[in-house]
Amino acid sequence: MKKVFSRPKSLKTTAFHYCGGCGHSIAHRLIAESIDELDIQGRIIGVPPAGCAVIAYNYFDIDMLESPHGRGCAVATGVKRVLPDRIVFSYQGDGDLAAIGTAETFHAANRGENITVIFINNAVYGMTGGQMAPTTLLGQASTTTPPGRSALLDGHPVHFSEILGQLPGTMYIERCAVNTPANIMKAKKAVKKAFQYQMDNVGFSLIEILSQCPTNWKMSPIDACRWVNEVMVKEYPLGIIKDSKR
Amino acid sequence: MQGNRVIGEAAIRAGCRFYAGYPITPQNELTEYMADNLRRVKGGTFIQAESEIAAVNMVLGAAAAGARAMTSSSSPGISLKQEGISSLAADELPAVIVNIMRGGPGLGNILPSQGDYFQATRGGGHGDYRTIVLAPASVQELADLTMDAFDMADRYRNPVLILADGMMGQMSEPVEFSEPAPRKYPECYVLNGKGKGKSKFIRALILDAIRMEEHNWKLYRKYQVITQKEVRFETFWTDDAEILIVAYGTAARIAKGAIKRSREMGIPVGLIRPITLWPFPMEVIRAFAERVENFLVFEMNTGQMVEDVQLALGGIGKVQFYGRPGGVIPTPAELAKVIAYQARKK
Repeated sequence: MKKVFSRPKSLKTTAFHYCGGCGHSIAHRLIAESIDELDIQGRIIGVPPAGCAVIAYNYFDIDMLESPHGRGCAVATGVKRVLPDRIVFSYQGDGDLAAIGTAETFHAANRGENITVIFINNAVYGMTGGQMAPTTLLGQASTTTPPGRSALLDGHPVHFSEILGQLPGTMYIERCAVNTPANIMKAKKAVKKAFQYQMDNVGFSLIEILSQCPTNWKMSPIDACRWVNEVMVKEYPLGIIKDSKR
Repeated sequence: MQGNRVIGEAAIRAGCRFYAGYPITPQNELTEYMADNLRRVKGGTFIQAESEIAAVNMVLGAAAAGARAMTSSSSPGISLKQEGISSLAADELPAVIVNIMRGGPGLGNILPSQGDYFQATRGGGHGDYRTIVLAPASVQELADLTMDAFDMADRYRNPVLILADGMMGQMSEPVEFSEPAPRKYPECYVLNGKGKGKSKFIRALILDAIRMEEHNWKLYRKYQVITQKEVRFETFWTDDAEILIVAYGTAARIAKGAIKRSREMGIPVGLIRPITLWPFPMEVIRAFAERVENFLVFEMNTGQMVEDVQLALGGIGKVQFYGRPGGVIPTPAELAKVIAYQARKK
């Protein structure tokens, strides 16, 4: 009998604590599969954030250094500069990356640090219970925008990947989703390509993953996946934002 | 050589290979020295960070990756770094942080001050932790203590703070750099990829209360060892002293000048100069109290270390305070008048 599917080597056997239907566990798996396929499990260092993925070190079987909230790109910069031959990635949510960590992310990108950033955009602060994120859509209800986000009072959804795409220091930026099998396959390809670019010393790469959060969106997992396609993608179109190597 | 530059040179000689900093007066010469010199050293990284917060978090990453790492700033910038210092302490990572103090609170001014004593000696950031605090009083000591700071940071896997003021940073004196000892540190914590071994992680988040408590007690026990082993101080003209001044850093230099003048007038006065502000030389001061009744604490602030002196004395003896906050640098003559007044009152 031939084994065609199994748990990636780079994931521990610990059960995920993520809610049913959450996109984090899929994103974790895609990262772990990419690590395995590129055979870099022994020389990769991950930087998990504050947020739902804070205990990612319980899931990934790789060296990991937890970052203070929002500082993932600064911490990853420190690691990568000391160990330039290792692969270093940060894993950050939308609040972590595009609100409290705006400066750290922007300037690591501008310096063209040869790191990979996995940016999980679920349009909400997940772990703290569903507050407005910088990426929350206009009209979207959250615990801090109960009537829905108002441009006048709360500002507009931030398109951080596009902003970073403007910087000469960034090399590869792509927005993906993990709500359908086809999108998951594309996301996997993007994550693997980003790691490959780092191995080839191409420079800064960021993969934004639109990730469903049924719990805080107050939807069933199926409705959440549908909402990504029907609503979220209209604000945040999928595809390559920048690929300087291509 | 100028104090700020001496810190940079001593750090590089001690094996510092990662420095991240952000411009702030009066410590810019240190950042500039690292920009110019650390990048010439093999494996040396200098980054001008986008903020103090980013700089200290880069240091956190570099320390976890096994480098001797340092950042520096002045008072308002050190406030911003507290998140990272708290994380370094929680993660038990070695790093050296330099504070060339200026007048505060808030933006204050850019003149020498000792207003950050409380912040430095009580941890500074959130949570139950301490940093070792070294207070140099000469350019030579800036060199020596910078080298020692890296060794202490490694020994205890804890951030070490060098607390000097703008006067120390800006003044020039002759200096001799000693030969640094080879680096000794437990490599077990370093994250450099798991290789074929077990994967490691470093984290400050411990959700389980009992485990978090265990971690706090573990840190506490480490701080107890530091308290027992690392206290440093200097005494000056204390043998026959009837009045003892307690002062550190620039204030201690001024005190020495004042003591010489007072001695010429026949006033038996001496100095206890804490070199480690944390751990504080509690027992040393208490031992002096068996013989000396009058203590005069002199600081360039409105009275911060005086609380530790009172704590050390536990109600024995008389503690007076003289201070000039806000960047004012009192002269030895001014302090000598205060000493003369104390002597008459006694």
